[in-house]
Amino acid sequence: MIIAFIQRAILLGIPLLYGSTGEIVTEKSGHLNLGIPGVMYVGGISGVTGAFLYENACGNNIENMNPFLAIMIPLLASILGSMLMGLIYSFLTVTLRANQNVTGLALTTFGIGIGNFFGGSLIKLVDSEMPSIILTKTSDFYSKTLPFADNLGWFGEIFLSYEFLTYMAIAIALIVSFVLNRTRIGLNLRAVGENPATADAAGINVTRYKYVATCIGSAIAGLGGLQYVMVYTDGVWSNDAFGDRGWLAIALVIFALWKPTVAIFGSFLFGALCNAHNYINGLGVATQELFKMLPYAVTIIVLIITSMRKKREHQPPEHLGLPYFREER
Amino acid sequence: MSNAVKKHHEPLIHITKRDDMIWWKAWLIRLAAVLLGLLVVGVISVLLTKGNFFETYSIMLRGAFGRLGSGSTRLLWKFLLETALLLCLSLALTPAFKMKFWNCGAEGQALIGGLAAAIVMMKLGDKLPYWVVILLIFAAGILAGAVWGIVPALFKAQYKTNETLFTLMMNYIAMQLVAYYAYVNAVPAGSGQIQSIANGHLPVIGGQPYLLTILLALILTGVMLVYLKYSKHGYEISVVGESQNTARYIGINVKKVIIRTMMISGALCGLAGCLMVAGIDHSVNPDTVGGLGFTAIMVAWLGQLNPLIIVLMSGLIVFLESGAAKVADTFYLNGSYADIVAGIVILFVVGCEFFIRYSIKFRHKEGKA
Amino acid sequence: MATAAIELKNITKTFGSVVANKNVCLTANRGEILSILGENGSGKTTLMNMISGIYFPDEGQIFIDGKEAVIASPKDAFDYKIGMIHQHFKLVNVFSAAENIVLGLEEEGRYDIKAASARITAICQQYGFELDPKKKIYTMSVSEKQTVEIIKVLYRGADILILDEPTAVLTPQETQRLFAVLRRMRDDGKSIIIITHKMHEVLSLSDRVAVLRKGEYVGTVKTAETSEAELTEMMVGKKISLNIHRSEPKDPKARLEVHHIDCSNREGALVLDDVSFTAYSGEILGIAGIAGSGQRELLEVIAGLQKSDSGAVLYHNPKTDNVDNLQNKTPLQIRELGVRLSFVPEDRLGMGLVGNMDIVDNMMLRSYRKGKGAFLERKAPKDLAEHIIEELEVVTPGATTPVRRLSGGNVQKVLVGREIAASPTVLMAAYPVRGLDINSSYTIYNLLNQQKEKGVAVIFVGEDLDVLLELCDRILVIGSGKVTGIVDGRTATKEQVGLLMTKTEGGEVHE
Repeated sequence: MIIAFIQRAILLGIPLLYGSTGEIVTEKSGHLNLGIPGVMYVGGISGVTGAFLYENACGNNIENMNPFLAIMIPLLASILGSMLMGLIYSFLTVTLRANQNVTGLALTTFGIGIGNFFGGSLIKLVDSEMPSIILTKTSDFYSKTLPFADNLGWFGEIFLSYEFLTYMAIAIALIVSFVLNRTRIGLNLRAVGENPATADAAGINVTRYKYVATCIGSAIAGLGGLQYVMVYTDGVWSNDAFGDRGWLAIALVIFALWKPTVAIFGSFLFGALCNAHNYINGLGVATQELFKMLPYAVTIIVLIITSMRKKREHQPPEHLGLPYFREER
Repeated sequence: MSNAVKKHHEPLIHITKRDDMIWWKAWLIRLAAVLLGLLVVGVISVLLTKGNFFETYSIMLRGAFGRLGSGSTRLLWKFLLETALLLCLSLALTPAFKMKFWNCGAEGQALIGGLAAAIVMMKLGDKLPYWVVILLIFAAGILAGAVWGIVPALFKAQYKTNETLFTLMMNYIAMQLVAYYAYVNAVPAGSGQIQSIANGHLPVIGGQPYLLTILLALILTGVMLVYLKYSKHGYEISVVGESQNTARYIGINVKKVIIRTMMISGALCGLAGCLMVAGIDHSVNPDTVGGLGFTAIMVAWLGQLNPLIIVLMSGLIVFLESGAAKVADTFYLNGSYADIVAGIVILFVVGCEFFIRYSIKFRHKEGKA
Repeated sequence: MATAAIELKNITKTFGSVVANKNVCLTANRGEILSILGENGSGKTTLMNMISGIYFPDEGQIFIDGKEAVIASPKDAFDYKIGMIHQHFKLVNVFSAAENIVLGLEEEGRYDIKAASARITAICQQYGFELDPKKKIYTMSVSEKQTVEIIKVLYRGADILILDEPTAVLTPQETQRLFAVLRRMRDDGKSIIIITHKMHEVLSLSDRVAVLRKGEYVGTVKTAETSEAELTEMMVGKKISLNIHRSEPKDPKARLEVHHIDCSNREGALVLDDVSFTAYSGEILGIAGIAGSGQRELLEVIAGLQKSDSGAVLYHNPKTDNVDNLQNKTPLQIRELGVRLSFVPEDRLGMGLVGNMDIVDNMMLRSYRKGKGAFLERKAPKDLAEHIIEELEVVTPGATTPVRRLSGGNVQKVLVGREIAASPTVLMAAYPVRGLDINSSYTIYNLLNQQKEKGVAVIFVGEDLDVLLELCDRILVIGSGKVTGIVDGRTATKEQVGLLMTKTEGGEVHE
């Protein structure tokens, strides 16, 4: 029971981890991308579309499917789709210096629209009786786990029983953390978010860093959408199913104090909180609804505590949300 | 001589900040952006539906306002109602935004107001005289919205807690509370749905069920215009928004203004929630506000925080959404098509501000010395 | 003659409708120190920003070692080995010194902050700097931050160094140390350009002086062949002696007594340490000190904008003869006590005025509460705005123009005009002539003198010692948050005040 709870928490947390790692990369460049929920939808639907096309091309027969292609096509489609969203966002906020909040929210509207539109169109295409599109075959490839995990008792179940997208999320978070803190690129990126004028004067191409960070950040976040469809729901896309996880991912960034390593554990905690109501005995349906507000309540509490403590290293990037124009005076 | 120096290109495009643009030029640019956005929408529609380019627009118009001369005013009333509701929420956000307080919580503030209204309707609707119930509905809804606005404001004022994220999170707290209430009072039990509540419906004026809401929205527009421009409160809001240092320097109690303004902002959202629940739906569920609170953020911003322009922007967004929904309906497209359409046009309008604030010069290479 | 290290030809740059530089020509050679002299707002900084790639000139050419160069970004500037030390430090607060120094560098090999730190320490030893590479910027003093900036360009091997008013924030000792370093670099064959408006620094440090006036290039002279008078004439256009009018104080009475004020900043450091003085009616009390010695905090404590830890601020009300303690009262409470305290803050558009509001609405800042009811009364402020525009000759298209679109001098006239219109009994002005042209400066001096003659207690925080010594009746000198002396403005010498400004630096001083 406890093992199942932990497994479920991690599984639920991974999309959030992707989302918040991506958002951390973006925010480190000084851009608060409130379009992340939309980006994650697009990441999901792009992957679904890729998988759908490949399954059809193989005549819907799992025998014909190449495991490598079955994984790579949705993966690349997802990355491409969400990067495109990132590109729109950065063009508007970096080049055109549009208000970041409004652009982000519009992008979320747009992204969720895209997700549900193509989702709905695909559903119509297959004439399914259910309001969803089912890609179990592709999902099978994504769901491959380590074969020996089952033999290692509770240890294997808790640590080794997951799909590769789960480990990839943790790996990406660790890599991002390494890049941010231990490389020249990371140093430059952080400088861009803290003080773009300084970065500019130091010869850093601020615009390029902002574009690249936003697009890579979006690509990472989009993978969260992919993981959700391919692993969490076993290849079933239904419209609006992804729900408000994008906002939770943004909440997680604050919870993690802009540190990807903290986000790893934070995502598990959020996963656990999202799921706690299913594992507490004797809760009515109504009370379960109350439990679902836990992750939001916890984020608010973290938000309040960090703002009360005012530790310099725990604050958002200094220039977060502000446009940069070199010749401003 | 140094050979290390790389080849250099003179920058081709040069961007400079411009002085204030004449208002009508700025508006021409904004209009052009809307038209360009609509053009893109039209092209996408044609690609998706293989229909006629111009037909798309006529369907949009019909979808939003109804067929001209058909005698049916149903769609027109619906258009006005939805514009009014969006307008209410956008106006509610305006004072907060003017203060540079990014209230992203209109959704939750309206929802909690609606919940309070629903509770009064269900628990007291048949126990008290009608007018008392109506008064209580408004009082409860406005109070609940105000509380939802004050909580993040308190922390912002005291600890500078990031309000964008705080108010966003408060939305979901409100949604879960509503979901909880809906389950508790669900008919049939466990369905999570509240049936239409019998008592405490807002009065219907002139035989038109939507007229009250529309009138209230219009009154609110006027009140907000005057409040922001001619009242001492409005002046304080502007000063705090422009520079908190100046506000402190002239003895404005910044914390008080932040809390007071968010109380008003939340209260007005709560009022909109009352109208939705007691005036129109006669029920409540987590989707009652339906994302209107988020759309309102964009509308308030696109409307330059000017109540009159916000009226126009509300109309534009509702037109896009309902028109696009009709296009989707006609061509058997998915309903989310409307979101895409609204998203595209908004992105165009957001982007066009750049051309109002900056000027672009193309550099031509001059003869080399 | 050898090719100039850097040569500018007919550089022009405009911002909107403001011409910052017009047809500027300039050369700097290797192994020399070139001063760029000019008043505030003469376009020195804009010019240097174009050499360092922050701005791009609208017209004109730049030659490096005789070859035409296009400097479109700071990176291009580095490639030409140009290094700029900005007046406002360009440092990332949450980074360490070493991180700031290597920022943006594209060195071969792995990113290794330890190796970089070692190199930084080596550079420090070579030139005699002291710096801990691990120290975070936000914990540093101004002088340390400047050291980081200088090492940053040296680390990059710059051989053309531009320093933008490097001594503005330094004590005389720190200035001497800096000059010694600069001379050593010159002897190394580096080309050094220093922007300043301090005449004695120009004369003691530089080999040649280039003068700018209102964005235009006036000329270059050899320091050895010129005099202070000639340079001043080049700089301001005509020979001027300050000649500020100063009347004898009439019937001075204690108006504001400050007793033993202590004040700490957010980090807990003491910024005001046992400050006591008395300001009298009918006199101008000057406050002198190196920038950032606690002047701002002192005025803000008096105005009720900042809390003090202990002490008292006693106000003698001339109408009621009451004595009120203003310590830790809010500006509104102070006003409600009937204290007519006007304050012209240092940050004009960030505190004194709202840049995006028009002149009328800015007039209302002080008076909008007047009148009953919830609505604003715009008639009186409109009249006041028109009165000030006429009286002080404010150049503006009208009373409904946003103040951010006015020039610096006109902005200041609007602000001072409003503060005086409140008929104050105490008038505090922080750096009221900073960035103003000569004429506007004299307008401000006259306004302050008028107030003094009306019996107002005027407190004037200034940076130019000549002005302080000619304008003020008494001068209070503040150093590192302590009062180091109060001298008579009529008898004190510049050296005397200068010495007091740096007195607490070395700890106890015995006299």
